[in-house]
Amino acid sequence: MMATPAAREIYPMAGSAVAALLPDGRRLHLQHGPIDLVIEAFGAADEVRRAYRQAAARFDGLLDELVAELSLLRHPLGARDPQARGAVARRMVAACRPYCDDFITPMAAVAGAVADEVLAALAAGRDLARGYVNDGGDIALHLRPGERFRAGIIADVAMPEIFATLVIDAAAPVRGIATSGRATKGQGGRSFSRGIADSVTVLAKDGAAADAAATMVANAVDIDHPAIRREPARALDPDSDLGDILVTVAVGELGAAEIALALARGEALARRLREAGHIHGAVLTLKGACRVVGGDALRLAPPHAA
Amino acid sequence: MADPATKGDQGIVTCDACPVLCRIRPGRTGACDRYGNVEGVLTRMDPMVLAQKVIDQNGQVVPFLANPEWRGGVLSGPPTLANARFLTGIGSGTTYPDYKPAPFIVASEHEGVDMVTVVTEGIFSYCGVKLKIDTDRYVGPEQAAVRCEGEQVGHVTTAEYGSQMLAVGGVRHLTGGSKKEGSVTCQTMLRLCNKEAVELSVDGGAKLVVQAGKAPVINDAQEERMRVGCGSATIGIFAKQWHGNVDEVIVVDDHITGVLTEHQAGRFLDLPPAGIRVRGRRSTPGRYFQVANPGSGWGGTDIKEPLSIIEAIDPKTAWPGMRLLMVSTTGEDAAYFVLDEALKPQPAAMPAPLRKVVERIGENCEPALVSVLFMAGAGGSLRAGVTENPVKLTRSVKDALTRVTSGGAPVYVWPGGGITYMVDVTRMPDNAFGHVPTPAIVAPIEFTLRLDDYRDLGGHMASVRRLDEIGGVDRLRVMGWHDSNPWPFDPQPSARRRAG
Repeated sequence: MMATPAAREIYPMAGSAVAALLPDGRRLHLQHGPIDLVIEAFGAADEVRRAYRQAAARFDGLLDELVAELSLLRHPLGARDPQARGAVARRMVAACRPYCDDFITPMAAVAGAVADEVLAALAAGRDLARGYVNDGGDIALHLRPGERFRAGIIADVAMPEIFATLVIDAAAPVRGIATSGRATKGQGGRSFSRGIADSVTVLAKDGAAADAAATMVANAVDIDHPAIRREPARALDPDSDLGDILVTVAVGELGAAEIALALARGEALARRLREAGHIHGAVLTLKGACRVVGGDALRLAPPHAA
Repeated sequence: MADPATKGDQGIVTCDACPVLCRIRPGRTGACDRYGNVEGVLTRMDPMVLAQKVIDQNGQVVPFLANPEWRGGVLSGPPTLANARFLTGIGSGTTYPDYKPAPFIVASEHEGVDMVTVVTEGIFSYCGVKLKIDTDRYVGPEQAAVRCEGEQVGHVTTAEYGSQMLAVGGVRHLTGGSKKEGSVTCQTMLRLCNKEAVELSVDGGAKLVVQAGKAPVINDAQEERMRVGCGSATIGIFAKQWHGNVDEVIVVDDHITGVLTEHQAGRFLDLPPAGIRVRGRRSTPGRYFQVANPGSGWGGTDIKEPLSIIEAIDPKTAWPGMRLLMVSTTGEDAAYFVLDEALKPQPAAMPAPLRKVVERIGENCEPALVSVLFMAGAGGSLRAGVTENPVKLTRSVKDALTRVTSGGAPVYVWPGGGITYMVDVTRMPDNAFGHVPTPAIVAPIEFTLRLDDYRDLGGHMASVRRLDEIGGVDRLRVMGWHDSNPWPFDPQPSARRRAG
């Protein structure tokens, strides 16, 4: 009998959640509702197997935990911490804390926080050289001393091309990579952005911190221009945490000066966040133009310059 | 499975496929992008399509009446109906992205014979779209670039009878040019194949709006009719019906303008020469090339004023009172003149018998349509998913032992090497095509053959499953069978079973 998704299901899950090895037999796929995780661990076969079982066990019920506090997590973050109970919810709140003077809801860090939580379960007590949890492009990393990851950065999911590579050594403080951009639902992306960046990739200490920062930097890449079409988030998704805030739905032709101005605004924020220690680096792209923040320290460069 | 949707305000649908309980506005998808609100109905966005025809006890095909959109428990119907179901490749998945299920190899029984259908989606870099646009209007010079959003996505190719032909897509535009050219080409093909309207422009030619199965729009004018024939053919068809009601007929046509009294048909009717010489180059008697420039006027020329194509009227041959009809090859443009004493054509009311024949030209024109044929080559790796010995699949297809379909629609397989096929997208289910960012087009393809033939050609026998065993796939969508398509399990008339 052929290998069906059902036959590859090696971990029994409650409800509609799925835990299965991908057809390559190496990577683990965990999916429940909107959460789609691709996970890989590197180590002895038995350690990897155990690690996957731990990750799947933690994933079981994780979405229900989040949903139980969803209204709280969709509420804008103020000076006082909301009393989040779940471990993932607390990661989200902590990651968004630095931005509470601006509009932000903990949902800005949901993907990265889920990746961090599942990565922690994956690695706990296991002897793994490396491991990653990729939550739709928001990635949490595990590195044993002496190990490193190489990652390629793609600016446009419709025309994927690795335009920059980055090397993350175990000695570096980076354990999270997240990408945000204006590619909204139906255009290759999964969420809404207030800005116009094609992509903002952020490196930070963990996935949640990278996720929240990428959201904020992507929002900052912006200008007023008639070629930019925006709609209230609620008109697109009635339950959006962004409410009536305008989100970008289309970006038409922009001049070189306008592109440079929009990128400069995002770059300025990224620099401030780096100086404050919230992030370690960022790559911003818009219409083929690119800005790199912290590239020197991070061995982060376009491939031709690497 | 219970219907996971409840309808709310403003057409919002609440999905309960997972605990998030997304409320989804019309035309949008939930947080997972797997479920969406399609016209008020919660819909799986990437379903596999099972086409079904329902057969009653007497073996007669009856229309499919049940709810065609039900999900889950799809295969739990009466078992006698199992052989009336055909799993298409739509949504079956490819190797991209990796977590989609592998293609299906499904066995079913048809008239006592075990049949197997290998169901997959091909990722095609080598693929294109051939557009046949029923019009005589000038769309642009042969070989001219065809553009979408400013990017070249194809070219004007050899015109056919009553139709302009465009070749869109192809590997060179997909992968040989800039990233944007590849991306726009992919999107253009995808939209054409999914039967959407696409706006194209031709360098040095027209602006077009084309959509499979719909009338073309050329320079903002919707084409209504396909010409009945070229100008010369029109003369041949209608000469006898004009006879006695008119002294000369000029059928204005961009390719071949016909002149009745000079034409063989007029000679046969013993019509006296009228002495009216039209512009252009005479090919054979009564048949003229290049009477004007191509355009969107009469008969695909740039003529707006028909008398302008008359070069001279010979006073020794023509006579006052001579009756002249000028008409286009679709009957859409027509004018009637009578020569005055100075032998100048003067507009006059068209007599009823002539009017009737002009209208008959129109009646004999078929509706102008755009047809979209997707053409692709099912090359090496796709065949490897079917059999361990790919060339045997190719031979089996050539021998018509293996029937190739695309979304259940019949395909034309080109002679010669490989499995290069063409399919009329209007015979395929809606939204049957997808794309990957490579860029390349994803199209469903199914290979149907006898189970013993499949074994003989080195098929993946261990992967064969019974059709009724795939009930665990929750994303099946059942649709009615396209009546004009042959049932894939029926043997092909041309099947050549090799001895031994």
